Amino acid sequence: MQEHDMSWVRTEMALAQPAPAAERGAYAWVRKNLIGSVGDIILTVLGIAIVLWVVPQVINWAFINAVWTGPDRAVCATAAQGGIQPEGWTGACWAFVNAKFGQFMFGRYPIEERWRPILVAILFVALLVPMLIPRVPRKGLNAILLFVALPIVAFFLLVGGIFGLPLVETPLWGGLLVTLSLSFVGIAVSLPLGIVLALGRRSKMPIIKMLCVIFIEAVRGIPLITVLFFASVMLPLFLPEGVSFDKYLRALIGVSLFAAAYMAEVVRGGLQAIPKGQYEGADSLGLGYWQKMSLIVLPQALKLVIPGIVNTFIGMFKDTTLVLIISMFDLLGVVKQNFADPNWASPQTPKSGLIFAAFIFWLFCFGMSRYSMYTERRLDTGYKR
Amino acid sequence: MASQEILREEPSRGSFVNDPRIRGLFFQTLVVILLFGSIWWIVHNVIENLQRLHIASGFGFLKSRAGFDISDTPIAYTSDSSYFRALVVGLLNTIIVAVAGIVLATIVGFTIGIGRLSQNWLIRKICAVYVEIFRNIPPLLVIFFWYSGVLAVLPPPRESIHLPFGSFLNQRGFYFPRAVWGDGSWLIGVALLLAIAMAWFVVHRARQRQKATGQQFPVFWTSVALIVGLPVLAFLLGGMPLTFDFPKQSTFNLTGGFWVKPEFLSLLLALSFYTAAFIAEIVRAGIRGVSKGQSEAAGALGLRSGPILRLVVIPQAMRIVIPPLTSQYLNLTKNSSLAIAIGYPDLTATAGTVLNQTGQAVEGVFIMMIAYLVLSLVTSAVMNVVNARMALVER
Repeated sequence: MQEHDMSWVRTEMALAQPAPAAERGAYAWVRKNLIGSVGDIILTVLGIAIVLWVVPQVINWAFINAVWTGPDRAVCATAAQGGIQPEGWTGACWAFVNAKFGQFMFGRYPIEERWRPILVAILFVALLVPMLIPRVPRKGLNAILLFVALPIVAFFLLVGGIFGLPLVETPLWGGLLVTLSLSFVGIAVSLPLGIVLALGRRSKMPIIKMLCVIFIEAVRGIPLITVLFFASVMLPLFLPEGVSFDKYLRALIGVSLFAAAYMAEVVRGGLQAIPKGQYEGADSLGLGYWQKMSLIVLPQALKLVIPGIVNTFIGMFKDTTLVLIISMFDLLGVVKQNFADPNWASPQTPKSGLIFAAFIFWLFCFGMSRYSMYTERRLDTGYKR
Repeated sequence: MASQEILREEPSRGSFVNDPRIRGLFFQTLVVILLFGSIWWIVHNVIENLQRLHIASGFGFLKSRAGFDISDTPIAYTSDSSYFRALVVGLLNTIIVAVAGIVLATIVGFTIGIGRLSQNWLIRKICAVYVEIFRNIPPLLVIFFWYSGVLAVLPPPRESIHLPFGSFLNQRGFYFPRAVWGDGSWLIGVALLLAIAMAWFVVHRARQRQKATGQQFPVFWTSVALIVGLPVLAFLLGGMPLTFDFPKQSTFNLTGGFWVKPEFLSLLLALSFYTAAFIAEIVRAGIRGVSKGQSEAAGALGLRSGPILRLVVIPQAMRIVIPPLTSQYLNLTKNSSLAIAIGYPDLTATAGTVLNQTGQAVEGVFIMMIAYLVLSLVTSAVMNVVNARMALVER
């Protein structure tokens, strides 16, 4: 019998081989992502055509041909339109934005008092930034300062009339100041109100439940403009003679109630997603209704619906533009109002102003949505698959 | 003995204040009292204010003469018509722009949404840029952009931009040839209906045959041939009863053809481009929501990529897509009320004018609310029917 041991065990690991040449490097990426098949090649050519058609036009218009500074409309109009630009010129009129920047930010807020909104903005940023960074401690104090102290301070600073500050009536407010203050108060009011409405809708008390359902469904079924009409035309009729409301406050009530109805549905989605065991567990610990909700159910439910809540915030931020229909001047309203300024009217003015406003809105909305994605990832405790 | 005594005792109910039933009754009564109190107070104030301002109440005003003109009238309307007719015109305009917007937004949204899942990197990125731009800008701003940024700065009618098929674009809107149907064109309509009925029958029979024998029938191509072929045949047989009324340039304006006003055009484009960004995200989420195992299993059964998409992925994706799609349609309908900002006479705009003329704010706002509620309910009812057909039938 021969001693042939056929079994063989490898003692060292095989060295890792590089991936085949066709699967790595820039060429493989291009082949996989751009020219995988005939259809792919056609799509790529189409895509390149779109990019080549759009991008140079946009860059030319917004940067290369754009006018950055100038005293009046002459710099933004061609010779035939009574300006100094050559025939056939098209470019952004940033000079218009530049000249009207103060108005776009503050509306008709008196120039010598504009340090007040700026101070409020600085306080707001100083409180908001630590709120948004998870590592900074003392979130509770921060939240109280941001949502309780700041609105009070901001109210007295912006309206004035005491401590020697001149009174600035709300009809003088405008621009980004109105957009941001409306949305901030709307957000601060609509979230708690929406939570209360959602709890009411899931309540066991039939009358409370019915009232909440009617409110939510009625508000969600009609456009915001109708709600604003309601707030601006009908609220004065509802009050006794002589009592009148500020128009700004009426818009604020309309926007907040509208957002609260949507918020309620988002929160209800979260409440429904919490397993029954959590409610029963809280009950068996002897917690009362409010303790059960605030300590056990809501923290879990709200965490689940962060994307929905932020989407509602974004929606509301965009919806504040509608106040221009009840003749208030938010950022978009002020921009639009300035198209009529004969000093600046030119074919390029509306487009430039609107794109500037769009950029501002875009920055805020995009920022909010990215932050919500970040929070969602951070709070993800692994319930989701 | 002692323990039995304890058992026989009533369990401790705690204080009467802590009984949830009594508390519930108490709070509900309180809410009802507060509610009726405030309603009474509001009604009292409203009646007092209306009397003070000498405003009539009730819906009698609907019959009186409107006295204002409306620029887009799908049905006959003059300033001598009644307020009621003015409101109907507004409602029809809202429906027209909403339906057109829904169709356009669906087409654009599905294209972009599928584009975001494309194999092709460039197409994916272009679609992502589109979605991120339009999702984060207020719709009203998009409307203004089209209206005052793009359409208002087009050349005047005399220097209209010529487009293919004899259409023109200028400051005053978009002009394209209007089809004029001659005698005997009813035949084409009949042929189309007949073709649809026959196609439905073919689909039905083919499905039965496939269930029974496993043999497939080229359903798609037969249906296309029927639906295109029969009307064309009727068109030729009827002696081609179709002519076009082309828009013609005269000295100051364009005459003839079909004229789409810039208000409608900018509203339609803005609403559908804005909503399309949301629909694209919904479609993407829907397709991504179908697990990869489904398409791999279908592949393992020997289906090719076309049938996999059509028979396995899309039916399951539609279940995820339809509910949020419905709420986007509702949003589009409600956003069509932004028309008032650029003067397109939709329901909100006409009701606003009526409200200003008569001063009957309560009735005006009430009519608006009811009309939008009904529109929303109808849209969701239709989508619920679609959803019920798509929903998972569990055995």
